[in-house]
Amino acid sequence: MRSKFRMLATGLFLAMVFLISGCSSEQYIVLDPKGPIGESQKDLILISTLLCAVIIVPVLILTAIIVWRYRDRPGRKAAYKPEWEHNTKLEVTWWSIPIVIIIILGAVTVYYTYKLEPSKAIASDKEPITIQVTSMDWKWLFKYPGEDIATVNYVKFPEDTPIRFQLTSDTAMNSFWIPQLGGQLYSMSGMAMTLYLQADEQGSYYGSGANFNGEDFAQMTFTADAVSQEEYDAWVEEVKADAPALTMDGYKELQKPGRSDVQLFSSFPEGLFEQIVTQYVEEGSSGAHSHHGGGAEASTDEEAASDEHASHGAEETEAANASHEGHAGH
Amino acid sequence: MAHAIDPHAGAHGHPAHDHHHGHDHHDQEEMKTFGFWLFLITDVILFGTLFATFVVLRLNTAGGPTGGELIELPGIIASTFILLTSSFTSGIALLEMNRGNKKGLIVWLIITALLGASFIYLEVTEFIHLVHEGATIGTSAYWSAFFTLVGTHGLHVSVGLVWMTALIIQLSRRGITPVTKRKVNIISLYWHFLDVVWIFVFTIVYLMGVM
Amino acid sequence: MWHKIKDFSSEFFVTGDPLILGAQVSIAITLVAIVFTLTYFKKWRWLWTEWLTTVDHKRIGIMYIIASILMLFRGGVDALLMRVQLAAPQLEFLHADHYNAIFTTHGVIMILFMAMPLMFGLFNIVVPLQIGARDVAFPFLNSLSFWMFFFGAMLFNVSFIIGGSPDAGWLAYPPLSELSGSPGVGQDFYIWGIQISGIGSLATGINFVVTILKMRAPGMKLMQMPMFSWSVLSSCVTIMFAFPILTVTLFLLFLDRYLGAHFFTLDGGGNPMMYINLIWMWGHPEVYIVILPAFGIFSEIVATFSKKKLFGYKSMVFALMSISFFSFFTWAHHFFTMGSGANVNAFFAITTMLIAIPTGVKVFNWLFTMYRGKLSFPTPMLWTIAFIPCFVVGGMTGVLLSVAPADFQFHNSYFLIAHFHQVLIGGVVFGYFAGLYYWWPKMFGFRLHEGLGKWAFWFWNIGFYVCFMPQYALGLMGMTRRFNEYDFDMGWQPLNVVSTVGAFLMGLAFIFQVWQIAHSIKFLKKETSGDAWDGRTLEWSIPSPAPMYNFARTPVVTSQDDWWEKKQRRLRGEAELPEVAAAEKAPLEPIHMPRNSGIPFIMSTCWFVAGFGFVWDWKWMIVLGLAGVIISMLARSFSYNTDYYIPVDEIERTEAAARGAH
Repeated sequence: MRSKFRMLATGLFLAMVFLISGCSSEQYIVLDPKGPIGESQKDLILISTLLCAVIIVPVLILTAIIVWRYRDRPGRKAAYKPEWEHNTKLEVTWWSIPIVIIIILGAVTVYYTYKLEPSKAIASDKEPITIQVTSMDWKWLFKYPGEDIATVNYVKFPEDTPIRFQLTSDTAMNSFWIPQLGGQLYSMSGMAMTLYLQADEQGSYYGSGANFNGEDFAQMTFTADAVSQEEYDAWVEEVKADAPALTMDGYKELQKPGRSDVQLFSSFPEGLFEQIVTQYVEEGSSGAHSHHGGGAEASTDEEAASDEHASHGAEETEAANASHEGHAGH
Repeated sequence: MAHAIDPHAGAHGHPAHDHHHGHDHHDQEEMKTFGFWLFLITDVILFGTLFATFVVLRLNTAGGPTGGELIELPGIIASTFILLTSSFTSGIALLEMNRGNKKGLIVWLIITALLGASFIYLEVTEFIHLVHEGATIGTSAYWSAFFTLVGTHGLHVSVGLVWMTALIIQLSRRGITPVTKRKVNIISLYWHFLDVVWIFVFTIVYLMGVM
Repeated sequence: MWHKIKDFSSEFFVTGDPLILGAQVSIAITLVAIVFTLTYFKKWRWLWTEWLTTVDHKRIGIMYIIASILMLFRGGVDALLMRVQLAAPQLEFLHADHYNAIFTTHGVIMILFMAMPLMFGLFNIVVPLQIGARDVAFPFLNSLSFWMFFFGAMLFNVSFIIGGSPDAGWLAYPPLSELSGSPGVGQDFYIWGIQISGIGSLATGINFVVTILKMRAPGMKLMQMPMFSWSVLSSCVTIMFAFPILTVTLFLLFLDRYLGAHFFTLDGGGNPMMYINLIWMWGHPEVYIVILPAFGIFSEIVATFSKKKLFGYKSMVFALMSISFFSFFTWAHHFFTMGSGANVNAFFAITTMLIAIPTGVKVFNWLFTMYRGKLSFPTPMLWTIAFIPCFVVGGMTGVLLSVAPADFQFHNSYFLIAHFHQVLIGGVVFGYFAGLYYWWPKMFGFRLHEGLGKWAFWFWNIGFYVCFMPQYALGLMGMTRRFNEYDFDMGWQPLNVVSTVGAFLMGLAFIFQVWQIAHSIKFLKKETSGDAWDGRTLEWSIPSPAPMYNFARTPVVTSQDDWWEKKQRRLRGEAELPEVAAAEKAPLEPIHMPRNSGIPFIMSTCWFVAGFGFVWDWKWMIVLGLAGVIISMLARSFSYNTDYYIPVDEIERTEAAARGAH
């Protein structure tokens, strides 16, 4: 019975490793990245899994052997030493094995943490495209300040071009996640967070709001289409020509809680994103930057460096640990 | 010790005869004091969290009045002195207790309680003043944090007052026994603790916040 | 008038859902049945004097365990409902609102009202017996803790039928949990239910630290203490430092909602991120609070059923203490994706990984306790052995999650869900079940049916893997937690069906356990030796169930595994050590005991009343409740008749009856 259980456990574990290895199916979108960020994250997942496996596979095998060998039964040959309770050599060994593994893993993690800092620009000879993303109850609003178009629950961009997503929320916090391009980042009210992603090949990618924000949270999925530059340009033209404009009234309509289908807009009110981000900042306020705690990383974003309030932000991080790229509104 | 048999003790209701087992009691009282020290540690964490909250929110006045504009330091300094003095008088009460002087103990406890009550009176007056000036708990994050931190300290002092009053009554009825002695020790510990917390409130909220 | 009542009750009671209506009716029927039974058999007085007012740690422990099993049932039903909803794409079984409420209550109940009380139940039953004490340090406070927990849990649960359940997630992030996001009373039930029981937990933490540090039997040095007691100490110290943060956090959220303060609001300069930091400064230590005692339980069981000393005692103690220390410096790993910057993320990734080191060492030490041992496999040991691979894999996925940049892909996905269920079920639940099976004969004086226990064990284990392994895969497929529905084209259905099947297997396992208990009561197999498993520690040296005063003579301890050593000396026919012999031959003395008290029950009821008043903002009720609380406290302060002595002849009679049963 016991060995059956361990076989089952091991079998399931191996099955899991098999699934993680990513060779099984393209459904494992996290392990099927289509951009440099997702690619690095997948590498990191595999490296860390292997490092952990170095420890736990032997442990599992050892468990099975020990439980089997030392079970109580008549005529068993294995030694029984009820007082054997200490062995410095052994204990030093298994304090050091995890320490070594953790040092290696820690080094790898720190290296990647700086490398994959979401606000760090992706090296590319192309100019990044900025897309301003707002999570709302319960829909995503995308604005293209460069192209002056906007979309709801749908986003399109050219392949091989770094996309600079600026994230905020008009209500509760959400999390912007396109698994095949890279990891998620929270969208929070009163802040603009920067997330760089890039698609290396054309395709339709699944995107979702990963952080619970109320009733119709599950409806906040969207499609991210990466297309050729020509196709993208044509699409922008088409939207500009055919779609209605997003007015302030239209935006108020969008703010009403509820789900939404895909919508396209040929323009949007100027500075709408900045308004959403700064809507809680009161005139003449001395400390309206609670949401804008800027940390040391703020300097990765050139806007934050010039942010007149960056110094405030740095002071505010003590407990909230909230360091962000400063708000785009300035 | 009352010797009535408590019906709640079920079939085992034999009266406690503590004169045989004074040693037991001594341990009990010591343990309760130790437990109270641990409680104070948790209270330190509680106040620490409130201080952290205040520090994080201290600039977030949302365009409303700031502390520096409304708070009048002289009154605060006065109440600081009152509380510090009450800590001193509670120390004298303890000395009287250790000398076995029940009357002195009660008198000094009453003085301590009166000083504590005037501290609370001044705090309430200050709060009323602030509300009249347009700063309530709902005015801005700064004022939320201010009222909560200062108010939580005030609430602690008020609880201490009720407790001290109850203790004074018990002392006048029972005199100085191991149990009442432990209770006085604990409340004076509590009182000194609130004094220390107030020094932090005074420094962080008032001095650093207002100046 | 009629109209008013109708309006009121439609707001007051949750209406319009057949599931909830059914629950309301069955709750009403159950209540009537309980009242009827108690009245018919004239048991009200018995209930009051023997249970509601008891300050006996063993009875309080039993009440904790009963309450936690009821809560396990409720949390489990929540889980099954969720799994049914997710078994097929776009199922209309539960509406989004209802689903959101269910995952919220599932989380809160399982952690705070199932795991915590089950843990406290085991603390209460075992710790005083294990360290040779008469009771806990503060029996009155102990009773108060229990009733605060109980009424807090009731207040939380009542939201299911009155007013509506909270639905902002188990940690209720603002601004969603603010009035703007959750205008209903559900969130207020959440705040007050957790707040009231949280105060009880804090008091328990203090109580057991004092108990362990001050009430050990003479001779028992700290480094001779049974490992479970060590784990309780580390857990309770963690409680002392973590729970005040929870108290403050919930209090601030309450001020936001009740008085319009601006701590975590979007406007007025509030800072929702501060809440997220604060709640995890409590929340992360909280998971260690519940897992550390499980480590202690495994340590006891592994040594007992290997018939061998625990390997690496000092390492184990050091590991426990360092885990509880490090648990306070990892909280931000719950939100690597908040954009805190690389410095912060790197720091918290490293601290999180550091915890893996002592945890790993513990696993090695358990393995090497079994190495060169003589293993037998009754149910407690089965759970322990099942725990090791489960926890090792769950721990590994935890390390994967701690790799900050990779966590950007795992966060909020089913990978995370699978991870924490694996450590919480595979670690905490398996651990507490092991403990429950292990100490059951000590609690009740009879054994549980092993065969049914093994059925339950296998169903739990297989069900667990079938339920949660697919969830790792679903996470890698991009499935996000808290989705109440998903599209056909995501390809998530097959694994979700598998997962649902697994959940129901665990449901069956629970039924087996209930059956096991019922069966064992019916065919009572008395455990008369007091030493059901050939145990190693003091609790096995006294009769089962333990007499109300625990130890007739205070034991004198000379070594770690003192009871085992004593039995070995007897086996070898050696003379007893002089100090032990002297203590055993000493004449019996009257035993000093705490008196029962109704104040904890009454005071907690008043807290319930005040909490209910705050939820509905009924001022009269708030005043009534708080006045009751203050009066109860004063009543306690003024009562000096709080203890009594058990005379020697009564101890002799009790001991003779218990030992005579041999």
